Amino acid sequence: MTLPSSPHGHRGLSVSQVMRLVLLALVPGATALIHFFGWGVLLNLVWLSALAVGFEALVLRKRKLPVAFHLRDCSALLTGILLALALPPTAPWWLGLCGIFFAIVVAKHCYGGLGHNPFNPAMVGYAVLLVAFPLEMTRWSLPLGAVPALPTFWDSLATFFGGEPFFGIDTYTGATLLDSFRQREGAQLVSEFRAASPLSGNFAALGWEWVNLGFLMGGAWLLYKRVIGWHIPAAFLGALALCSAFGWDGGSSSSLGSPLMHLFSGATMLGAFFIATDPVTASTTPRGRLIYGALIGTLVFVLRSFSDYPDGLAFAVLLGNLAVPLIDRYTVPRTFGHSK
Amino acid sequence: MNAKSKTWPLPNAIHPPAHKAQSLREAIRTLPLPERLIIPLTQPGHHDAKLCVQVGDEVLKGQLLARGTVQPESLCHASSSGTVVDIAWLPVPNASGLPELCAVLETDGRDEWHRLPSLDPSTVDAATLLERIAEAGIGGLGGAGYPTAAKLSALREPHTLIINACECEPFITADEALLRERADEVVAGIGVLLRMTEPTRCLIGIEEGKPQALSALRTAVDACNDSRIEIVVVPACYPSGGERQLIYQLTGIEIAAGRYPVEQGILCQNVGTCHAIARAVLHGEALVSRIVTVTGAALQKPGNFEVLIGTPLASLLDVCELDGAKLSRLIQGGPLMGVQLPHADLPVRKTSNCFIATTEGELPTPPPARECIRCGMCSAACPAFLLPQQLYAYARVRDLEQTERHNLWDCIECGACAYVCPSHIPLVQYFRAAKGELSDFHAKQAMAAHSRVRFEFHQARKLEEREQEEQRRRERAALLKQKQDAAAAAGPSAQDAVAAALARVQAKKAAQQQESAAPQPTPQEVIQAALARVNAKKAARKAAERAAQQGEASKPDADDDKS
Ligand code: SF4
Ligand code: SF4
Repeated sequence: MTLPSSPHGHRGLSVSQVMRLVLLALVPGATALIHFFGWGVLLNLVWLSALAVGFEALVLRKRKLPVAFHLRDCSALLTGILLALALPPTAPWWLGLCGIFFAIVVAKHCYGGLGHNPFNPAMVGYAVLLVAFPLEMTRWSLPLGAVPALPTFWDSLATFFGGEPFFGIDTYTGATLLDSFRQREGAQLVSEFRAASPLSGNFAALGWEWVNLGFLMGGAWLLYKRVIGWHIPAAFLGALALCSAFGWDGGSSSSLGSPLMHLFSGATMLGAFFIATDPVTASTTPRGRLIYGALIGTLVFVLRSFSDYPDGLAFAVLLGNLAVPLIDRYTVPRTFGHSK
Repeated sequence: MNAKSKTWPLPNAIHPPAHKAQSLREAIRTLPLPERLIIPLTQPGHHDAKLCVQVGDEVLKGQLLARGTVQPESLCHASSSGTVVDIAWLPVPNASGLPELCAVLETDGRDEWHRLPSLDPSTVDAATLLERIAEAGIGGLGGAGYPTAAKLSALREPHTLIINACECEPFITADEALLRERADEVVAGIGVLLRMTEPTRCLIGIEEGKPQALSALRTAVDACNDSRIEIVVVPACYPSGGERQLIYQLTGIEIAAGRYPVEQGILCQNVGTCHAIARAVLHGEALVSRIVTVTGAALQKPGNFEVLIGTPLASLLDVCELDGAKLSRLIQGGPLMGVQLPHADLPVRKTSNCFIATTEGELPTPPPARECIRCGMCSAACPAFLLPQQLYAYARVRDLEQTERHNLWDCIECGACAYVCPSHIPLVQYFRAAKGELSDFHAKQAMAAHSRVRFEFHQARKLEEREQEEQRRRERAALLKQKQDAAAAAGPSAQDAVAAALARVQAKKAAQQQESAAPQPTPQEVIQAALARVNAKKAARKAAERAAQQGEASKPDADDDKS
């Protein structure tokens, strides 16, 4: 008879609880997103969650693993929700289906399932969609305030099923602030652009600044609860702020945008606190996490400023994932009692 | 002393709930004398002992029962007076679950002491005190029971004495109870150690949140009026009481990996050990009892007990009113490093500081493990600054080399990593297994290297023998030829030949003597020399062959006696 070995106690925080806390922390940001962009966001959330859990269950069954036990870790649900938050609210149903297939089946289970996937599943799904369906993926809705009214539930449902809303889809969609900012092509001073663009908010992008504040709040709560560490978000945001401070020349026509705009536009906070912090695909050493976070923050800035993609988060995270084995290898901490 | 002294906080630690109050409600209690005592005769981890008594012998309390057979030697004494009724391999609390050699003592109820003469530490010398500590069978009461005398003799150039009063593991309160009630005796023991080692300072490390123990300790230290002693309060965390961790917290010194504190002039002793030293020196008492915490939610009346070594655990649990229906697990030690016990038919041994009779609600059975999500909570908790997640990944695929490169040997098996792991992976179990495999691997490697050396030595010697044989034959042949030549020529007298032979023999002898007088070469040197000789000969022969081939006409005659 072998008896269980020490320790005999546990802190009491399990993987499922970690994932559930993360899901809970998404609520403020998601609420803001729904408020500013309407029913489409909610449809995405429901549809992608269902798909993620469905695909996960299917694959687990095919792999002859205990389905209920593994579903309870909530990791698939989290992947679904994260991808849903990143998709445009006008996404048709098949876009989500495609994204989740690549996220759960290819990026996660083909590599061995939770804990073994080298790439962030949600970001793999997003990147595949961005490359394959650039039109659908860049057609972002305009936030409340830039349009007189959000699409009705029925309009959103129609878009979801691939139809045209009553007023035509172009009434509701357009470039995002980051997009149009880049496309001003040195024609305007930043202050002029801000005054002219209906997408400018109080200090960053209209609507998005509140969404980002929401995710920042949730992230801070996770930090306080010690569910995530401070290294990655701090390095990510620090690097992004630093880079944009270098590119910010006080607001000339060739300026690359103020740090405030970069920090509170697009997917910055979602990325810093919820996506780059995915433990499985991030670096696992403390110093490595600083490097990893800073790398992603820098890449986000570079891709936003110099690439044609609206927001470089997905590619930045995937490139970061690619660097993880190397980072981990060279950042092994000094062991107690060793000199190194 | 009241000035707050500097401490170096541990960067990585955990803060498990203390569960200490329940066993501190009452003062230290004693049990009625058990009818039978089962006294383990070996130190944990060793398997044999030299017996000093036989079955049927009458013994007194404190009388020597057995000595260890390996260094450092540990001594075991009878914990009460009575008759030795059996000496056998019996189950004891240990991690392996294997039986150990025990003496079964039937007590006579008189509990009559055989004391050694008491010593005055201020007048006797350090050697006498050391001998007394060895004679009294004292081992580290806070940890693995390593013989205290051996630790003291390994001490080099002592400068700091560290007294461990941290007791950082949850549930355990034996040291705290001891300090509350007998701080003066603990400090007397510290005085003995100070006298023996004469360090420049003595730091007593105690966790915060133990006000009663602290004030008792303060009073006792003030009374002894030694300016070298300083009480240092450290933050409550786990594992603040680990030897290396405590030394770091109190002095900022990191003991180098693979080295021992005693090698660097630091002696660390637990308060329970100090108490035992005081009893041994001042009262001549061998170590026959200890303070044990008996606690856990399955007990109605948990508490601390002064227990004779060998007391059956079952009787302890009885006194604490065990509720058998609620009991889920029985643990010796704390919840983080303790050993789960199969049943209660086991004796208290010198290293039993605590028994926990716990319930499912108090320490739930862990759920099945999930995959590692690389969250790094384990490495943030590891006091040795290791990466348990990487060690686990390597241990799981049996990449022993990588586990060693990631410093598996620096793992102190404290359990902090597994305590926080959200995937409930039994990390420590993996690390213990990997360490076992690694030591097996190294043992095998050493053995293989050893047999290779022996094989090569053997081969070389065989070759050399053959060459020598050849040489002798050649010499004999030459001699014979010489003789024949001499006979044919009827030249020099026979006496000359004899004299020449004698001279040859003498020369050979002298050469042999010289060889034996030279320092004994190691096997490797012998092999190398032999190989060199063989190679030289081979080369010579090859050269000869080549010469023979070149000069076809000249017939090679030196090689035709090849066997
Ligand atoms: S705490 Fe557990 S799950 Fe997290 S990295 Fe360590 S071993 Fe993996
Ligand atoms: S058991 Fe070993 S690896 Fe785990 S925390 Fe303790 S020292 Fe670190």
